[in-house]
Amino acid sequence: MLELTTWTPAQLLVSLTILGGILGGLGIYQPLVDFAGAGALIPVSGFGSAVATGAIVEAKRIGIIGLFTGPFEIVGLGVTAAVIFGFLMALVASPKE
Amino acid sequence: MEKKQGDRTYMFANPPALIGAKSVVGPKEAAGPVGQYFDLKIDDPLFGETTAEKAERRFLIEATNATLEGANLAKDQIDFFLAGDLLNQIVSASFTARELRLPFLGLYGACSTMAEGGMLAGFLIDGGFAQNVLVGVSSHYQTAERQFRYPIELNIKHKLSAQYTVTGAGAFLYAKGGDGPYLKGVTVGKVVDYKIKDPSDMGAAMAPAAADTILQHFEDTGREPDYYDLIFTGDLGKVGMQLVNALLEQCGTRLGSNYQDGGVMIFGGDGAFGAGGSGCACSAVITAGYILRELAAGRLKRVLLVGTGALHSPLTWQQGESIPGIAHGIVLER
Amino acid sequence: MSNLIPRDEEDQQRRATRYGQLVAQYRPRPPIGRNLALAFVVGGSICFIGQIFYNLFLELALSPREAAAPTLAVMILLGALATGLGIYDELAQIGGAGAAIPISGFSNTVTAAAMDYKREGFILGMGAKMFIIAGPVLVYGIITGFTIALIRVFLLGM
Repeated sequence: MLELTTWTPAQLLVSLTILGGILGGLGIYQPLVDFAGAGALIPVSGFGSAVATGAIVEAKRIGIIGLFTGPFEIVGLGVTAAVIFGFLMALVASPKE
Repeated sequence: MEKKQGDRTYMFANPPALIGAKSVVGPKEAAGPVGQYFDLKIDDPLFGETTAEKAERRFLIEATNATLEGANLAKDQIDFFLAGDLLNQIVSASFTARELRLPFLGLYGACSTMAEGGMLAGFLIDGGFAQNVLVGVSSHYQTAERQFRYPIELNIKHKLSAQYTVTGAGAFLYAKGGDGPYLKGVTVGKVVDYKIKDPSDMGAAMAPAAADTILQHFEDTGREPDYYDLIFTGDLGKVGMQLVNALLEQCGTRLGSNYQDGGVMIFGGDGAFGAGGSGCACSAVITAGYILRELAAGRLKRVLLVGTGALHSPLTWQQGESIPGIAHGIVLER
Repeated sequence: MSNLIPRDEEDQQRRATRYGQLVAQYRPRPPIGRNLALAFVVGGSICFIGQIFYNLFLELALSPREAAAPTLAVMILLGALATGLGIYDELAQIGGAGAAIPISGFSNTVTAAAMDYKREGFILGMGAKMFIIAGPVLVYGIITGFTIALIRVFLLGM
């Protein structure tokens, strides 16, 4: 997509995330994960799918509030991990050209 | 003598002499094909400072001090310090002016600032307002990336047409009397915008302005391209050069092998630097380093320097605006 | 007046269109086939590494769903590490989207921003701008997940 369109990487990532969210929400992403394992989990579409399924599971379990708490299982993991590791790395490393 | 020629060109009755200039560059520029021509080569892109912004100032301060020393002039003999850079509020220029304690006029012409400064120095001296004018410009890869593009370590694949900001600074001393190539005349640029929106394609954004100024110069002076030993655009890069040639041909003018571009010269077409170098320092260090040495040695006698600049900001790009360009021409002759 | 300066708005539009065609002619053509292949290799390799860890966690008797979280955490760590070492941007120069799309790419954006904006201070610089690149992924990931869950569970009763 990056080659063929004028999309910036950020737009590509957002689109893939949304796509993953939709597929995950429709239950179509899980079979892909079963088949491909990390190959489906690791791309950012996997993130989108995890957010959607998290929201669905929690919403079914506890109702509307679940829509808000559900996404945070995976978002929480991703954000916390990124913040902690990013912060630690930034303490010890500086940008090189 | 009537100074104005044609629409936008001015020839000086008493052409100022460019009595001294120094170039200071970072490691990648020093390692490039014209590395040998630069005066000061700094190994550490951060010049020992804690931030790239502070480093850029060091480059500019070194260049200006070296120029003054080289021409044996004391600061109190300088009437004006004209300087600019790429950063918001032209802080490199202003903070350097603070160090130098000289009467200061800050300029923003993006990468065309060297030519803009030279032009204004010409007006000031020929107009009898100054004896000595110091012009300085700087740029730095890291400061430009942070301001215009992305954090340095970000995973991003650069497009082939993108350019690499030159880390360095150049300073120029123009004087009323003296030895050196003479600033014979100037052609003032207009802002030209052919609706290029991609900052990875700056050569394309600036080429129309360069072509316009070049055409206007020849129209105003009645000269032909072969009048000059060298026609030099500051930093159009590989792609921009081709576009200027194409545009000029469409208008019936052809530049020969006497046409060179600073962006291409500084990194020599090495693909790691995309389409070539850019930044205020690109045109400045090549002019101060290479062109002036060639003029002094007599290998070049008449040079048309066209500084090219892209006048967008990171915000205008995000808001979907195109990138306007400008180009200023200055004539140096022995 | 030089004939490159547009006379009016309409003239400018016309010139811009023609110029756009000229620019497209001279635009350097990236080796698409090669770039796609490299993206595939880089992206695949990253996922391959992830798979090794995923399998490791499955071995440690976690269910597939439980193994996903630590796998992602490890990949985020590796991304941050590679960024700190200054090699993740080189990887992107080779593999483009292959480096950007995996979760390690997300982690790179956060780490790169943290490293860079540290110079403006820990709070206003690093703290404020850490998610400057990754922000949209989080925002739209959450919006999508929320919306689709809302539609599916409450509007469709599925």
